Amino acid sequence: MTQEATIDIARLRRQQPRFSGLESGHRACLGCGEALAARLVTESAGPDVIYANATGCLEVFTTAWPESAWRVGWLHSLFENAAAIASGMEAAMKSQGKPTKVIAMGGDGGTFDIGFQALSGMLERGHNVLYVCFDNEAYMNTGVQRSSSTPHSAATTTSPSGKVSMGKRHLKKDIVTIVAAHHIPYAATASVAYPSDIRKKVRRAMAIDGPTFLHIHSPCPLGWGHEGDISIEVARLAVQTGLFPVIELERGGLAGSMPIRHVRPVTDYLKLQNRFRHLFADNDRAREELEHLQALADHNIEFYGLRGSQPDALDTEGADTVRRGGLRWA
Amino acid sequence: MIEIRIHGRGGQGNVVAAYLLAAAAFVEGRYAQAFPNFGAERRGAPVTAFVRIADKPIRRRCQVLQPAFLIIQDDAQLHVPGILQGLKPGGGILVNSNRPGEELSRDTGQAVVTLPATSLAMEILGRPVPNTALLSAFLELTGLLPGTALIEALGERFTGTVFERNRTLIERAGTFVTKSGWEEQIHAESA
Amino acid sequence: MLKALEGSQALAQAVGLCRPQVIAAYPITPQTHIVENLSKLVADGQIDCELVSVESEFSAASVVLGAVAAGSRAYTASSSQGILLMSEVLYNIAGLRIPLVLTCANRAVSGPLSIWNDQQDSMAVRDAGWIQLYCADNQEAIDTTIQAYRIAEQCDLPVMVCVDGFTLTHTLEVIDMPDQAQVDAYLPPFDFGRKLDPTNPLSIGTLVSPEFFTEARQAHHEAVMNSLQTIVTAADEWGQTSGRQSGALLNVSGPAEARIGILTLGSIAGTLEAAGEEFPEAPATRIIKLRTFRPFPAVAIREACSGLSDLVVLERALSPGSGGIVGTEVRAALSGLPEAPRVHNFSVGLGGRDVPLDIFPRLHQALRIGSGKDFAILDLEPDKLSADAC
Repeated sequence: MTQEATIDIARLRRQQPRFSGLESGHRACLGCGEALAARLVTESAGPDVIYANATGCLEVFTTAWPESAWRVGWLHSLFENAAAIASGMEAAMKSQGKPTKVIAMGGDGGTFDIGFQALSGMLERGHNVLYVCFDNEAYMNTGVQRSSSTPHSAATTTSPSGKVSMGKRHLKKDIVTIVAAHHIPYAATASVAYPSDIRKKVRRAMAIDGPTFLHIHSPCPLGWGHEGDISIEVARLAVQTGLFPVIELERGGLAGSMPIRHVRPVTDYLKLQNRFRHLFADNDRAREELEHLQALADHNIEFYGLRGSQPDALDTEGADTVRRGGLRWA
Repeated sequence: MIEIRIHGRGGQGNVVAAYLLAAAAFVEGRYAQAFPNFGAERRGAPVTAFVRIADKPIRRRCQVLQPAFLIIQDDAQLHVPGILQGLKPGGGILVNSNRPGEELSRDTGQAVVTLPATSLAMEILGRPVPNTALLSAFLELTGLLPGTALIEALGERFTGTVFERNRTLIERAGTFVTKSGWEEQIHAESA
Repeated sequence: MLKALEGSQALAQAVGLCRPQVIAAYPITPQTHIVENLSKLVADGQIDCELVSVESEFSAASVVLGAVAAGSRAYTASSSQGILLMSEVLYNIAGLRIPLVLTCANRAVSGPLSIWNDQQDSMAVRDAGWIQLYCADNQEAIDTTIQAYRIAEQCDLPVMVCVDGFTLTHTLEVIDMPDQAQVDAYLPPFDFGRKLDPTNPLSIGTLVSPEFFTEARQAHHEAVMNSLQTIVTAADEWGQTSGRQSGALLNVSGPAEARIGILTLGSIAGTLEAAGEEFPEAPATRIIKLRTFRPFPAVAIREACSGLSDLVVLERALSPGSGGIVGTEVRAALSGLPEAPRVHNFSVGLGGRDVPLDIFPRLHQALRIGSGKDFAILDLEPDKLSADAC
């Protein structure tokens, strides 16, 4: 056999096995951010894991009996108890002396609202569980009703815009800060627009013995009102406007953040989504709400120090398009 | 009592179609019932909707197992086993397709009328929602209700340009099929 | 005024007509459209009320409890898992004698997970001390909702209005909607005698020792029993206002000479009535549509069954390890009566399985064959049972 002087990296990459915890063939909508995030998480977490999944889109589109898209041990119980179920699984692994990691998964509904109590309990007791929240900013599986994660002024079916309403009145709950206030070793936000960042954060969390939390921003084309083929673009704009800061917190203190090289105005993000359509009407209230949202974004940028200082040649729309392999086909 | 089954996918508006057809019947003073059969909310998921139209109160609440008419909002669904199941002998099948009816009739072994509803909708509404065009053709074929009833029902749900464009679409779609082509079936059902 | 409306839409409008002051509900399929419609009415300023977007059903029930205790008319709705999550609060609401109206959009209960229609959810909380009324169609649903406020506020008891999820909530049909004037004439403004008020301080929800608990529970039990009369009167008076009567406790239809009866709750009653006409060769059948389940109208049921040789109790729930729930209670009510009919108890349509018209001849055939069993699931498909299922 001849000795090769050079190494064919491309060939090695093709040969390198990638663990597939979530198989294709499930029933998610076109462009579902949550499906992508779940695949990335299970891929990076590897095979020695068991999962507790809250009620929501993910469990519904992956397990229509008698089929399942999961290649890992997986349990769905109820809407409000994923963190408690995970706590029990973790206690079991401990009692059996097994190193199998436990991961809890929930949407924003099952995490910010109905599952909040169980989450707080799990974090306070210090269970060795990674909790992943796939945040599509409303109760999507039941038909787009507001959650406490729904951004201020977004329209949902239970916070519709109307003659006396401009969408959701209240601010988006700052879950990662609340979680971090439990003094857990690691809590981070991430976005499906940055898949390598998600993988890195999952591996980081998996390596920690203790409660960890990942909050992944995941667009829902149906609920947000945009076409499925621009989900990544929309997610990226949420980050680039400062509306969704990508940060890491350790024991409650800021340990890292993803800088925004080229800050975008919030309107670039909002105008792509029907759920914010009423903010572009020609009236004072709409303009006022746009200002509110811009102020929120500006605050996040200042507070977390998100403004990147140096220009980045790779961080442009054109470079992204090239990296993704070409023009978006209509 | 006339029973109709409408097959589609989430996002194509076949549940709204069922509701509109029932509402149009109501405009004409008939009794009507319309309801969907679906699972969790999801764009693209198969959805079936049922409509009943009668001249006395409708008491049954079960799914329509023997429709007199089928409206199929996506011709790819013709490959789904069971989609034509239960259709009464001689029953009418209206399919949203760019292909001619004769072709689909050959493929399925049943008499199929087609309407390029998505193309029409794209042209007039700018969105690929075929439901109102199909309803218009259906009413034209059956003579079950006047097109004005459908427009009135539409007006209760939509306003402004959406309403206007749908109205244009309804008028246009009606010209694509044979008026009263299915009149026989209607009389058989009403007897 | 006659309108073609989706059940949920009509319910939301009916609730709006009752002038609720506080609404708190958490979305759950198939109740969602009710709350969405209410949200839209509030967003457009058509209802003037406080809409509280709660984080779970437990909180939804708690919010409306607090609202009523503080003197405001309130409303909530839920299904299935939500009813169970709030069940602790439901017992609390009833025991504290809090007048409230809740729509239960009947749905099966996990596990297994199902979003489709059966009545396991409301049956699961039948002992919570609520009045439970079951609606057979959307007209009954809106009429019952309006009557429910009158009943609740006259009896100081909470009322659960049960409406089959999807089967009714998502069905569009022709409904006669009353106008605001009719409802205002029927429903006086809410004036809660025991409301929390700084000028008249009361303590609600105290610890009660064995010395007093029994009498408190008796008072509650009596109140629910006595509400039978209020339910009848409320229906009669609404009948006069609206011109519609749907049977306060139950409704009997079918030929007078029938010796076989079917007792059921909810929307399948309509299918059974239609089936009677569709299968004229089947034996003459009396259909007993039970509307009031709590309080349990034993006397009315005995009267409705008079002359029957066989009574089928057809229900959409069961108690695993025992059998039918409604069937067991009906059997008890009829036992010991001279010439009581033989009771045959079946469940059907669990987890949203469609109940087609031919359930009627299948039922009659099951009666002819006779199984000798106290209870069975009528529409079971045995080939779907795995060998090791039990």
